Amino acid sequence: MSVSSLFIILVSAILVNNFILSRFLGICPFLGVSKQVETAFGMGMAVTFVMALASIITYLAQILILEELNIQYMQTIVFILVIASLVQFVEMVIQKSSPTLYQSLGVFLPLITTNCAVLGLTLINISQEYNLIETIVHAIGAALGFTLAIVLFAAIRERLELSHVPKAFKGFPIALITASLMSLAFLGFAGLV
Amino acid sequence: MNLQSIIYPIISLGGLGLVFGAGLAYASQKFAVEIDPRALAIRDALPGANCGGCGLPGCDSFAKAVAEGKSPVDGCPVGGPDCAKALAEIMGVEVDERARKVAKVICNGDKEKCRDKFDYHGINDCVAASMVGGGGDKACNYSCLGFGTCVKACQFDAIEIIEGRIARIIPEKCTACGKCIEVCPKDVIDMVPYDQTVVITCNNKETGKVVRKKCEVACIACQICVKACPFDAIDFKNNLAFIDYDKCTQCFVCVEKCPTGAIEGDLEKRKKAVIDENTCVGCTICKKHCPVEAIEGELKGKHKILADKCIGCGACEAKCPKKSITMN
Repeated sequence: MSVSSLFIILVSAILVNNFILSRFLGICPFLGVSKQVETAFGMGMAVTFVMALASIITYLAQILILEELNIQYMQTIVFILVIASLVQFVEMVIQKSSPTLYQSLGVFLPLITTNCAVLGLTLINISQEYNLIETIVHAIGAALGFTLAIVLFAAIRERLELSHVPKAFKGFPIALITASLMSLAFLGFAGLV
Repeated sequence: MNLQSIIYPIISLGGLGLVFGAGLAYASQKFAVEIDPRALAIRDALPGANCGGCGLPGCDSFAKAVAEGKSPVDGCPVGGPDCAKALAEIMGVEVDERARKVAKVICNGDKEKCRDKFDYHGINDCVAASMVGGGGDKACNYSCLGFGTCVKACQFDAIEIIEGRIARIIPEKCTACGKCIEVCPKDVIDMVPYDQTVVITCNNKETGKVVRKKCEVACIACQICVKACPFDAIDFKNNLAFIDYDKCTQCFVCVEKCPTGAIEGDLEKRKKAVIDENTCVGCTICKKHCPVEAIEGELKGKHKILADKCIGCGACEAKCPKKSITMN
């Protein structure tokens, strides 16, 4: 394992295999919490925290419990349990430290629990047979990619609010078109790694 | 069968659940946010419709505002007096009993009574209809269009469209949340006290000459009701009469006098004064205060109500020093 291979994992998770725009995971918060850059960034940070911790814990759970007992088929339910607990924890921390952020995230914070991006990340970690360090790097890369996509999207949507959009396209339709264009743009990174 | 294949998953998953549960329990203590317990109690006492009738987004924020003293305890129009009382108890304050209000469609010009301007075959919605042909298909530009935009907005099923295409609000179900007033493009819904039966059901602000050609039951600005009202409770503004509900005693005089029937009021609900002869001392106070001379009797003699003259205004009841007059 070398630094360069870690770097490749990081870059590919952020840009090439961006969780939202290439793997199409975590679309729910992507559309739901992307009306303001500030809340989008807060959501990105919350997801980053959950992703990083969830990756480590699920990796350990996989190695120490599931593989040890040869019950890999329990993967999904154990990972969901880990993620749900972590989200609860993050919710408490945010509610204590930043009530404003807590209010603006609203229902989407508990929804990280069932956010496929987090579960998808942990499952990809295992299926790619990453070791612990690679897992952490991959998780941070994925989370940064998530944050990057959602913040960029929120910035565009903020501008859309002020621009003249045909009536039929106002709101979600134009947002979805924007998202698809962003996804197309991210396809350009395909040959990078 | 291999028992391990059952026990291992149970133990591992149960163990993980236990560890995380304990961790969360610890975290919830450590990161506990202090919430005003009164806010929680208030939230429970509220109807929970999240209608926004109080002006705040949802019941949660209203509960918080009340607990912080920023909103009045009787600020929830949906819960009504019961809710206000419950909230006042939680907050330890008194409420001034405010009369319950309900929304009322102030138009009686249905398809028969109000002339058509043209045939409308568009979207079944008042807002859409009001944009065509200079304010909809009815001749009167102030009338209820009756396409049910308010019905869709009402969260309490309190509005229906009756025959002749006009909206009617069921007072028993109405919570005075004000949603219908907000969405009505014609501004033809008003708030009236729940027990008010005498209501001017016209919204037309044109002169009598103009409006007479359009609708049979419109206020034609003749001001007969203004002069007829014994209590000065009717005011006149923009070619339209207005009842001051604080002064109105629901004597139905205006209902009787209105030449077009633009004032609504169920005459069968008119009360009659009754004097209890056992307690009447013949002071003549009631006789002096009766606006329609419906009381006869001499000084020191028993007084009598002339039932066919009595308009049930209750002026005598309020003035009787012996409380021997009742309204029923």
